Amino acid sequence: MTARAVLATAPGPDGRTVLAVMRSAPPITLRRTGPGRVHLVSTAAGPLGGDDLALDIDVAPGTSLDVLSIASTLVLPGSGTAESLMTVTARVGAGASLRFAPEPTVLAAGCRHRMAVRLELAGDARVFWREEIVFGRHGETPGRCHSRFDATVEGRPLLRQEFTVGDPAVDASPAVYGGARCVGSTLIAGPPGAVPGDLPDRDRNDGPPPDTAPTGSLRPGEAVIGDGWAMLPLAGPGILVSALAPDAAGLRHRLERGEAAAFPH
Amino acid sequence: MGADHDDHHHAPDPRGRALRLGIGGPVGSGKTALTAALCRTLGPTLRLAVVTNDIYTTEDADFLRKAGVLDPERIAAVQTGCCPHTAIRDDIAANLDAVETLEERFGPLDLVIVESGGDNLTATFSRGLADRQIFVLDVSGGDKVPRKGGPGVTTADLLVINKTDLAPMVGADLTVMSRDAAAVRDGRPVLFTSVRQEPEAHAVAEWVMGLIHAWTYEHAHGSTAPAAT
Amino acid sequence: MSAPSPNAALLLLADSRLPAGGHGHSGGAEAAIASGAVRDLPTLAAFLHGRLATTGLVTASLAAAACALGASIAASGTADARAGEGGGGRAEADMPVPADGSRSGGRAKPGMPGPASGDLSGGQADPPSRSGGDRRGGWAGLDGEADARTASPAQREASRTQGRLLLRTARRIWPSPVLDGLALAVPHGAHHPVALGAAAGVTGCAPQEAALAAAYTAVTGPATAAVRLLGLDPVAVHRLLADLAPDLERVAATAAARVPPLSASASPGPGSGSAPAAPPSPEPPGDSPWAGLPAHAAPALDLLAERHLRAGLRLFVS
Repeated sequence: MTARAVLATAPGPDGRTVLAVMRSAPPITLRRTGPGRVHLVSTAAGPLGGDDLALDIDVAPGTSLDVLSIASTLVLPGSGTAESLMTVTARVGAGASLRFAPEPTVLAAGCRHRMAVRLELAGDARVFWREEIVFGRHGETPGRCHSRFDATVEGRPLLRQEFTVGDPAVDASPAVYGGARCVGSTLIAGPPGAVPGDLPDRDRNDGPPPDTAPTGSLRPGEAVIGDGWAMLPLAGPGILVSALAPDAAGLRHRLERGEAAAFPH
Repeated sequence: MGADHDDHHHAPDPRGRALRLGIGGPVGSGKTALTAALCRTLGPTLRLAVVTNDIYTTEDADFLRKAGVLDPERIAAVQTGCCPHTAIRDDIAANLDAVETLEERFGPLDLVIVESGGDNLTATFSRGLADRQIFVLDVSGGDKVPRKGGPGVTTADLLVINKTDLAPMVGADLTVMSRDAAAVRDGRPVLFTSVRQEPEAHAVAEWVMGLIHAWTYEHAHGSTAPAAT
Repeated sequence: MSAPSPNAALLLLADSRLPAGGHGHSGGAEAAIASGAVRDLPTLAAFLHGRLATTGLVTASLAAAACALGASIAASGTADARAGEGGGGRAEADMPVPADGSRSGGRAKPGMPGPASGDLSGGQADPPSRSGGDRRGGWAGLDGEADARTASPAQREASRTQGRLLLRTARRIWPSPVLDGLALAVPHGAHHPVALGAAAGVTGCAPQEAALAAAYTAVTGPATAAVRLLGLDPVAVHRLLADLAPDLERVAATAAARVPPLSASASPGPGSGSAPAAPPSPEPPGDSPWAGLPAHAAPALDLLAERHLRAGLRLFVS
């Protein structure tokens, strides 16, 4: 199955963000759940081996968008040996803000999955991008997965990272995942002092709409570490929260600890 | 690029840089205590900085800081990956980097002391790192140590035999040590100290002052400074 | 693709006895040992395998790219660090460069004790040179690619420290306008694989040889540290390394194959003639030619590096 969903914002007449394009492409179904907020709803199993799915996001200058998902994505093997592919491309314009925080991707046994994210930011764009990978359902040996994440700011590289799962020699290495069964990271990027603040709270329905979200400032300078997580200031304008955990709930908790550490209270 | 600035960290800089004094010796002989003593005694008259290599780096640096003898920022700790002798002799890059960083931040300086991590009798400083070096022994190692020699004992510019107050307790004969050291050192000086009893280590400080004067003279007159390689 | 003939300088560059400060770095092994994650030969083997597959591959590809870039700069006949840029050839090449080449006057370096150690911003502030066009195809651009692949400030700092020391040592051993140009373009200290690759190129090594040297140091440093810290049988540890030798070669070949040919105006460096293997689709964004180089992350190493920096007792720098 090949599918390409598209999501684009535009500034509305009252200064609020409007969804100029929201084109679902099953199994990727997009549903507007609030002002400047969209949930991904999976309307079929998978991705399955052989699927080539893409989501294209364009956040226009000055607008703000939240992308969440209803449930975890369970990546399953197909009938043959073909890989499944999920590509997310996002461009965030000047003064725009994007929060991309779907539920985790779970790698079922036997899957062969590739994920690619390419994120292009304008100089003063703000981004909160969370990615969680769970190595199999409970007690399950995961299939194979390769993910690549590339974020640039004005064409300059901010963060490039790849994860591979499914090579036992690497998965079990104390240098790589250290025995964890989940890996996650959150990129929080933007010019100092202009990063969306207190983002985890915005999961709540009573939170302020994204385009009037409070603005906090990123903690400058030093990394902060905790049990299984680290808040790492990048060389460029942003921080990466990196976490490892034995299970998905623990991973989310650790990421949220790190995300909170990024913003001094 | 030109060779004219290719070696400024290696050979004495014509513009005049600080004298680099290595202090080495076995574990527990009193290198850190001597370093603290020199800072205490010379600090008021010289512009000083210290690089410490002790394997317990933060501990040693903390000791110096707590002694209150030197602005803590002028003390740099270098981790040597369990190989203190490597860091002062075979691969001096990290120590040179630390010395130069201190000189850049606080220079001009008169003296930079590089204190080696405790090692064995064979450890000596590379001439690429230290212009002069002191080797510190203590009497509790036994009065045979100077006779055994080794590059540190025989070639250091100054041999300091510390903890003389302990000599009666450990049965060390200072006369024997003095005689043996003289025999293997070809006339280079030996000083006996008890830094615990005399925390200023005046004799050693005086020797260092002599070095500084000679160093300054060399730079003022240029001719006796070793040539750049 | 193997080099036309073996280059003995490669042995000098990869030798742990090269006086460039490498002996003080454990590549996360000290912290892994402190945490109990590495405690014996099997856990060390697993550590080395994972390190090679991630950091090892990334540093190998950066080294290969640096080697090719250095060769193209040398071939273009200019010492200009901005070679490979349209509109390069600026007068900066004539600026005097101190031998250590890495000093931004009076700036306190991170990694020193005392209050200054809080400065982990290594590459955080943009040096002016990066705002210019050179960020795309020159040394600063490649160094920026290394930055983007090194999320941990502690790891960036360790890499820059090693790179600075290596570059200084290499410039005395193999004086070259290419190395001077690197020191000029990345004044706060180039990342270690960039410095290593540049030095390898100057000695006449091919990019794949530079990659091999980087992959080799990615595992030998931690292995040696484990011998020292755990008292492991050094022969048994070298057996582990010998078992990794085919992986080292594979990593070096993969790394070199991912290096793109440089711009048409610059001659391709030795060994960079083959077409680069396809990077993962889609083409990663970014202006530099090295956007598609491997970027394998090792989150456990990041956590270990940051924890190590905060440990009270450290025998190794990293």
